[in-house]
Amino acid sequence: MNFWEILSNGAWLLSALIALWMVADLLKVGKEFPEDYLTSSREGQE
Amino acid sequence: MSTSTSNVPHIGLRRVLGPAHVWALGVGIVLVGEFMGWNFTIDNGGPWAALVACFVSGLLYTCVAMIDSEVTSTVAAAGGQYTQAKHIVGPLMAFNVGLYLVLAYTMLEAADAIVVGDLMKSLAADFGGASPEQAEQLARPFVTLSILILALLNYRGVFMTLSVNIVITGFAFLAILLLLFHVGPWSGTQLLQHKVFFSNETLPYGWLGVLASLQFGMWYYLGIEGTCQSAEEVRSPGRAIPLGTMTGMLTLVIAAIITWYVCTGLIPWEYLGIAATPMYDAGKLTGNWSLQVLMWVGSAFAAMASANGCINDASRAWFSMGRDRYLPAWFGAVHPRYHTPYRAIVFLVPIACAFGLTGYTQIQGQIMLNQIVTFSILAGLLGYTFMPINMIRFRRMWPLGSIERGYVHPFHPIPTLTLAALCAITFVAVFLGYGRNLLAIMAFFIIISAWFVLHRYKYVRRGDQFTMNWPRPIGY
Repeated sequence: MNFWEILSNGAWLLSALIALWMVADLLKVGKEFPEDYLTSSREGQE
Repeated sequence: MSTSTSNVPHIGLRRVLGPAHVWALGVGIVLVGEFMGWNFTIDNGGPWAALVACFVSGLLYTCVAMIDSEVTSTVAAAGGQYTQAKHIVGPLMAFNVGLYLVLAYTMLEAADAIVVGDLMKSLAADFGGASPEQAEQLARPFVTLSILILALLNYRGVFMTLSVNIVITGFAFLAILLLLFHVGPWSGTQLLQHKVFFSNETLPYGWLGVLASLQFGMWYYLGIEGTCQSAEEVRSPGRAIPLGTMTGMLTLVIAAIITWYVCTGLIPWEYLGIAATPMYDAGKLTGNWSLQVLMWVGSAFAAMASANGCINDASRAWFSMGRDRYLPAWFGAVHPRYHTPYRAIVFLVPIACAFGLTGYTQIQGQIMLNQIVTFSILAGLLGYTFMPINMIRFRRMWPLGSIERGYVHPFHPIPTLTLAALCAITFVAVFLGYGRNLLAIMAFFIIISAWFVLHRYKYVRRGDQFTMNWPRPIGY
C-alpha cells in the first residue's frame, strides 16, 4: 500500500470515527436528559 | 440550565459572540467565492462581463446587507430570514424561506468540500509527486473528512467554531492581499497582462453574455446575509450584526475586485472560465513557489471557513423550524453541555456529504461543481427575492419610531426596489443558462409548500409564533 492509499484510508477512518462519536454522543444525551428539557428552547427567551 | 418565569428548567443557545465573529461568519462563508466559482462568469460572458457582474452583484448584496441588518438587529433570533418571514409575512413564507436557507447553505457546504477534495488532489500532484490516479483517490475521502471535522467543531460550540473562522478567514483575505502585492504593477514582475482589454474578444458573447454572467456574479458575495443566523448568539445584536455585516461586505468588495484583476491578468480567459481553483492556478502561474503555497493554503482555508459557516447557518435554520414545529420538534433540541443545535447539525451532515460526493462525480471529464453552485445560487436568489417584500411590509406595518430598531438603513425604499430589480434580472440570467434547474427548484418548492399547508401546519402552535415585544402592526 503506498503513501496516498494510506492517507486516503486514514481520511475515511477518521471520518467514520468522528461520525460515530457524534452519533454516540447524540444518543447518550438523549438517554441522560428528558426530551422536554432538550427541546425546551423558546425563541425570545434567554 | 436556566429557568423561565414559570420556574421550569429550559435550555437555549448562548450569547457569546461579538462583531468580529459576525464578520468571520459572513466573510468566512463568502470568501471562498473569491477563490473559486466567480470565474464561471467568464465562461458565460468573458472577462469584462465578470467585472460588470462583480459590480452589479456588489450593488445587489449591499442592498441585501443594508436591509438585512435593519431587520435582523430588531428580530434577534436564530433562523435569520426565516424568523423575519414568520413575524412579518406569515408561516408559509417562513417555511419556504427556511428551506431556501438550508438548501443554499448545504449546497454551498458541499461545493466547499469539493474544493477541498480538489485541493488535496493538487497538493498530491504538485507538491507530493503523486500520479494522477494516486491524486484522484484523495478527493472523496477529504470531501467527507472536511465536512465531518467542521461538523464536529460546530457540534462542540459556537464560540470556538467562529473563533477558528476569524483566524482562517483573516488568513485567506491576507493571502489575496499578498498575491496582489507580489504581482501588481508596482512589483516590477510584469506578470499581469491585461491584453484582453484591447482585444476583440472582450465581450465574446456580446451583452447577452453579460446578462448570463450575472448568475455566477452572485458567487462573489453569496452568503453574507448568513450573519443574521448568529442573532440569538451575539451579545449585542443591535450593534454586532450591522457592524459585522457591513464591514464584511466592504471586505468582500475589495477581495472581489482584487481577485478579478489578478486572475484576468495572469490566466487566459478561455481557461479561467472553467478552472476549478482559479486563485490557486494564479499562484502557480506566477512561478513563485511561495505564492503557490500561499494560494493553496488560502484556498483551503477559504473553503474550510465557508463550510464551517454554512454548517453553522444551515443548522440554525433547521433548528429554528424544528423549535417552531414547522419540522419535527426533535430537531429543536439544544445540547445541554455545548449549547448547540446538535441534532440539526448531525442530521444535515449526510445530506452535505451526499451532495459533495455526488457533485464530485465526473461527467465528460468535468466535475459537477457548477451544478451544485447553481442550486445554491438559486436557493439564495429565492431568499433575496423575499427580502424586498419583507422590508416593505416591515416598514409599513411597524413604521420608524413604532418599535426600537438596532439599525435603520438609509434611503428606503431605494435599496429595496434596487434589490427587487436586480433579482428579476438575475432570474432572467439564470433562466438563460440553467432554465431546467430553475424550473426544477420552483416545482420542488410548490410541492413542498402544498405538503406544509395540507399536512405539517396542523402541528404548529400558532399562538407561539409571534415572540417579539412589538405593538399590533398598522392595519391589524
